[in-house]
Amino acid sequence: MASTEALLPVTSRQDPLSESRSDQIPETRRRRPIKVHLAVYSGLLLIALYVALIVTHDGSTAQHGAKDESSTESRASLAGVSEKSNDRVSRLSDDRKVEAFPWNNTMLSWQRTAFHFQPEKNWMNDPNGPLFYKGWYHFFYQYNPNAAVWGDIVWGHAVSKDLIHWLYLPIAMVPDQWYDANGVWTGSATFLDDGSIVMLYTGSTDKFVQVQNLAYPEDPSDPLLLKWAKFSGNPVLVPPPGIGAKDFRDPTTAWKTSTGKWRITIGSKINRTGISLIYDTTDFKTYEKHDTLLHQVPNTGMWECVDFYPVSKTQVNGLDTSVNGPGVKHVIKASMDDTRIDHYAIGTYYDSNGTWVPDNPSIDVGISTALRYDYGKFYASKTFYDQNKGRRILWGWIGESDSEAADVQKGWSSVQGIPRTVVLDTRTRKNLVQWPVEEIKSLRLSSKKFDMTIGPGTVVPVDVGSATQLDIEAEFEIKTEDLKLFFDDDSVEADKKFSCETSGGSTARGALGPFGFSVLADESLSEQTPVYFYVTKGKHSKLKTVFCTDTSRSTMANDVVKPIYGSFVPVLKGEKLTMRILVDHSIVEGFAQGGRTCITSRVYPTKAIYGATKLFLFNNAIDATVTASFKVWQMNSAFIHPYSPDDLGVPSRT
Amino acid sequence: MKMMMMMKVMMMVMVMVMVMVMVSEGSIIEQTCKETQDFNLCVSLLNSDPRGSSADTSGLALILIDKIKGLTTKTLNEINGLYKKRPELKRALDECSRRYKTILNADVPEAIEAISKGVPKFGEDGVIDAGVEASVCEGGFKGKSPLTSLTKSMQKISNVTRAIVRMLL
Repeated sequence: MASTEALLPVTSRQDPLSESRSDQIPETRRRRPIKVHLAVYSGLLLIALYVALIVTHDGSTAQHGAKDESSTESRASLAGVSEKSNDRVSRLSDDRKVEAFPWNNTMLSWQRTAFHFQPEKNWMNDPNGPLFYKGWYHFFYQYNPNAAVWGDIVWGHAVSKDLIHWLYLPIAMVPDQWYDANGVWTGSATFLDDGSIVMLYTGSTDKFVQVQNLAYPEDPSDPLLLKWAKFSGNPVLVPPPGIGAKDFRDPTTAWKTSTGKWRITIGSKINRTGISLIYDTTDFKTYEKHDTLLHQVPNTGMWECVDFYPVSKTQVNGLDTSVNGPGVKHVIKASMDDTRIDHYAIGTYYDSNGTWVPDNPSIDVGISTALRYDYGKFYASKTFYDQNKGRRILWGWIGESDSEAADVQKGWSSVQGIPRTVVLDTRTRKNLVQWPVEEIKSLRLSSKKFDMTIGPGTVVPVDVGSATQLDIEAEFEIKTEDLKLFFDDDSVEADKKFSCETSGGSTARGALGPFGFSVLADESLSEQTPVYFYVTKGKHSKLKTVFCTDTSRSTMANDVVKPIYGSFVPVLKGEKLTMRILVDHSIVEGFAQGGRTCITSRVYPTKAIYGATKLFLFNNAIDATVTASFKVWQMNSAFIHPYSPDDLGVPSRT
Repeated sequence: MKMMMMMKVMMMVMVMVMVMVMVSEGSIIEQTCKETQDFNLCVSLLNSDPRGSSADTSGLALILIDKIKGLTTKTLNEINGLYKKRPELKRALDECSRRYKTILNADVPEAIEAISKGVPKFGEDGVIDAGVEASVCEGGFKGKSPLTSLTKSMQKISNVTRAIVRMLL
């Protein structure tokens, strides 16, 4: 499914990024290599040859990779790659010389992930009502049972003992009442004091009005929570006066107020001001609406999937949604309908009147420079408190960046990100830190450890065997002398405007970067996805580090979106540069500085698939030599499958 | 008498000026189309549909999606006819057939459902994709496309429709 990231020229005053790129877009859209057929055939031949090579030369390649330092040959190939990609851009300005990309089933079936949650087929979007109950993690999701595009939405359902090995269950809720006839949409779960569950969700009525409905497990003794009952008095909330009938959706988990009432918030908008309405209730059936809002921010548009929760200022565990007190800050998060970006802000919650004030109003929720959970493809996210292990866990919907024709052909669309723990960064106190749940380590199979020093302008193959399912943890250090030279050089000015998107990607070389890994690459690097750091001079002569993922050369195909994602990442004194990368077929998740900056990307190579997928380490800096110390694990599949009675009582599959 | 005449004339002139001012402020169609990148195309498409004059923004978007659907059907018919006339183009025509069927069977229904139900972002995705599929089809002919005029129409209508759908976000 094509995303809104400016595939075609559109003048939109709400989307300045697409405006500035609108001249480039026709070129990008028509960026097709001239001899695609030849490339495809030679690619396939290369795959066959390489498989043969791997089988016969495994040992020697590993040695070479581990000890390689800089070499002029590598430098030349790097330069060659950079030039080639520039050529490709200029040559492809003429649409008519370029051919469409024919996706075949081999390429498409490779795209399916091995350890990310996705249904067996068809379309999925928002995560719904995540919770832990009687030994099982439950995950519900917006699902289209009939097609690989959004529509006919029901609640899909799956369970897991460990947030990784999922078992598909039957559909939990369908549009069978007048108050959700046109859609059983996003909602959240709340645990009552007696441990019972209530679910609030948005229904699209038979008259297309967005209302909030109450549902609960039909049989609380069923750990699988297979059947759900809808409250006979639904809807429990309808759009209040002044709020549009179609601007009222995605109720949150409730939290207890100091008076003992429950409180929820629901996102909406008034003209272009994004708002969060606030309601109190004792029984989840009748509600009092506050006259004031939890929060509002002008010019941010509709707030979808609002989330509101406390984080500890000092501890690295999660907090139940009702926790409050002096040791706590509160996070408001909203999904911005206009930009498809999830923003959050940290602030102070005032329980007495149900309001919230941001610590830093200049990066308030929804403002373009506000913090994001993820600087790539990541939307409609939702957290829940995991009382099993005392964590707050974040789910995020990762849509496709390809064409809907490809989605229809391959028969599915969208995955979920790997669930992440969320805590306040106790060192900076200004941002959250996210990290893939520990349980993902159960998928780690064999590993290889590497220590490499790579000079400027080097690309080094990292021999790990198969490179489509990987967990990489790496530490980088720039040679001190090179750092000092750069730092003390007054002629180097602060690069205030540097950003991943405008920097020209991984081929744009600076004194101290970019350097990192190229994942999902083929042997000749004609397809590659660099995930990297770029160190530059910031304000007050301090060093500034940016973490990026460049998908612009990730595939020969041209009916996919290929952005360059990323952001500034805080690096504190004494910290080395660290990154973690999860590679799982068509999804790449990068985490910098322990999860201070995260980037999720969707990647659709045509050649760098199956046995032809390679991993490279690169240093594209002009002046700096970089030491990389890293470990690469092969990752097992999670074998997500339909639940069967055999699964009962099995803790997890290894 | 003369005074009465003069006052009547002045009243008429005032009424005429008021009417002119009101008319020049433009209909909803014109006001909406002003915010798109192709005013003339937008106005002509919307005026050509009887529902246009009484539609709100959602309704206008749905009219344009209907136009996309009509153009898709027309293009699919054209593609089918080309198999016989230009058999050497079979591969490109196959790809185009797939792409335009996606518009008809996936993009259009998705957009209609999304806009009717008030989650326009999925409508925007469907509309954008219609333009993408048309472009991909066009690219398959390596510069010798018999569908260029239809492709350009789809791209233009897709852009205008997207602009209107974005007003619903």
